[in-house]
Amino acid sequence: MSGQDTKAGPASFRRMVFGRFRQDRLAMLCLGLIAVLFIVAICAPLLANNKPLIMRHNGKLYFPALKGYREFSATDFKKMAEALKAPEFALFPPVPYSPTEYDLFAVLNPPSASHWLGTDDRGRDVLSRMVWGSRVSLSVGFVAVGIYVLIGIFFGALAGFYGGWVDASLSRMIEVMICFPTFFLIITIIAFLPPSIYNIMIAIGFTGWTGVARLIRGEFLRIRQTAYVEAERALGAGDFRIIFRHILPNAIAPTLVIATFGVADAILIESALSFLGFGVPPPTASWGDILSQSRSYINFAWWLASFPGAAIFVTVTIYNLVGEGFRDAIDPRLKQT
Amino acid sequence: MRSYILRRLLLMLPTMLGITLVTFTIIQLAPGSPAELKIRADQTGALGEQYTKEVIEQTKKLYGLDKPIHIRYLIWLKQVATLNFGESYKDHRPVMKIILERIPVSLQLSLTSIFLIYLLAVPIGVYSAVKQKSVSDRIITVGLFILYSLPNFWVAMMLILFVGGGQFFHWFPVYGLNSEGADQLPFIAWLGDRLWHLALPVACLTYAGLAFISRQQRAAMLEVIRQDYIRTARAKGLPEKLVVFKHAMRNSLIPIVTLAAALFPAILGGSVIIESIFSIPGMGKLGFDAILARDYPVIMGDATISAFLTLIGILAADLTYTLIDPRISFEART
Repeated sequence: MSGQDTKAGPASFRRMVFGRFRQDRLAMLCLGLIAVLFIVAICAPLLANNKPLIMRHNGKLYFPALKGYREFSATDFKKMAEALKAPEFALFPPVPYSPTEYDLFAVLNPPSASHWLGTDDRGRDVLSRMVWGSRVSLSVGFVAVGIYVLIGIFFGALAGFYGGWVDASLSRMIEVMICFPTFFLIITIIAFLPPSIYNIMIAIGFTGWTGVARLIRGEFLRIRQTAYVEAERALGAGDFRIIFRHILPNAIAPTLVIATFGVADAILIESALSFLGFGVPPPTASWGDILSQSRSYINFAWWLASFPGAAIFVTVTIYNLVGEGFRDAIDPRLKQT
Repeated sequence: MRSYILRRLLLMLPTMLGITLVTFTIIQLAPGSPAELKIRADQTGALGEQYTKEVIEQTKKLYGLDKPIHIRYLIWLKQVATLNFGESYKDHRPVMKIILERIPVSLQLSLTSIFLIYLLAVPIGVYSAVKQKSVSDRIITVGLFILYSLPNFWVAMMLILFVGGGQFFHWFPVYGLNSEGADQLPFIAWLGDRLWHLALPVACLTYAGLAFISRQQRAAMLEVIRQDYIRTARAKGLPEKLVVFKHAMRNSLIPIVTLAAALFPAILGGSVIIESIFSIPGMGKLGFDAILARDYPVIMGDATISAFLTLIGILAADLTYTLIDPRISFEART
């Protein structure tokens, strides 16, 4: 291994890590699956919508799924599509239902050709709601973790770099946060704030930073002793420059591991919140919300319990597997297989 | 040893202060003041005006709402110090009394789970490490990974559906701590009934921690097996059993014990969901119901006491750590 690295010249740490990561087939596959999930989330309006993707009407082409047209603002496209005659046509997305489209004649239908994953208690298409629900899960996961990585880096860097009373008081603060049962704290904050997806992100972000902070603190304590930091200081560099230009880039790699596991955790927390009725306000679809509907129909609506549950489980698993891949790539000594 | 414990207890003081500061900050987030909400709640309850006024005065006094914020914090601090969290809005009983009723239930759940986690995870981890790269090791590793990623509320639902009488088998009760009339039973039968009721919720609280600790135990064991002293033990002809259990396992346990400190808050937090689903009257359900009812005194009391309990749990785990690892001197650690 080291022989290869010297042959390739002075390989940067980053290149080494990504080189090792690329050899981990399972982790690469999961990274690909995450990309697919992102595409699904971003393209939700094109995948699950009750408006046609392309429609030819009165000799003009329309793209109702992408654009709002004033002349169609009150149009029911499905009825309209039935009335269209060639060469007029309407091409619907693969799941021709919007996540909020009620159909009281198709309440709690099991999976069928028209509703691939069945319908919920208001006749809404489960697959459509799951496609749109991926937006909630992914955005909460990423933004919440983004918030706590920033907070964690800030506090961890301060504590590790300055030491002394700064470190002592910040370490107490970390201990205080660890003492609270995180989920209870999050649910309390959510309950006190007006319901919105941003408050969920903030609540998870403000309660989850201790792991990152402790890690960064440890790395800073180690790195600030090294010769190159001393050299930089001798050259007259200020604290700001040393922290951000010299220590942080060397301390940040393990954060990637925590952050990846953290996204999985945040997705779990968000779905648990939605499950308990503290999630994104209705009618926005989220996986935990579909699951919670199955609670009252658990005797017969197995599709309401199994599909969103599987979606949460698979998403969490692939994030965890990518996290493992990152960890093994950054520190091969920890490799567990 | 004594001076170490004393120092740890002293260090708990600033942490406790921090805990009260966090809970105080959270109550400030509440929309409107607690007093205002209480009036609103009482109006819908159609209570007399005289009573409402009295209630406002009482709440104002309890939280010192007419005073500036730093005084309010001092009042809150005094309340915490005297463990007087006021009365529940719901049934007007002292919060501390309600919490004291709930603590034993939560401790039963969490301590049983932690005990089970270690009881199962240590052998699993050791076995998996000793048989590294074998088929059974791979199956265990994959299985643990799946367990680790399963959402606990979903598992709870599935357990209710499959073995809790939801649709298939009715092997376990899914409601409460005891069957009706269990008080009349002799102790052994009562205990059996209690354990039967705890089976599913404890399973839900246990499996994720089990997966986590098993993986850590396996990693710790692999780390130890690599050491020179294990090679020495093998080289001098000790039987493999002795090498694994006496030389390797005992050393691998040291880092695993401290993880209990991380498990404790996770299990207390997880019990919010699990206790609510299984209607178990513990701290988690108390907190959740209080949040639903906007019962602020109970929320604050529950959060504060949970945090204190966790703090004690962390201290206990740290003390165990220093006890089982003779290399750690009590004086050097802070």
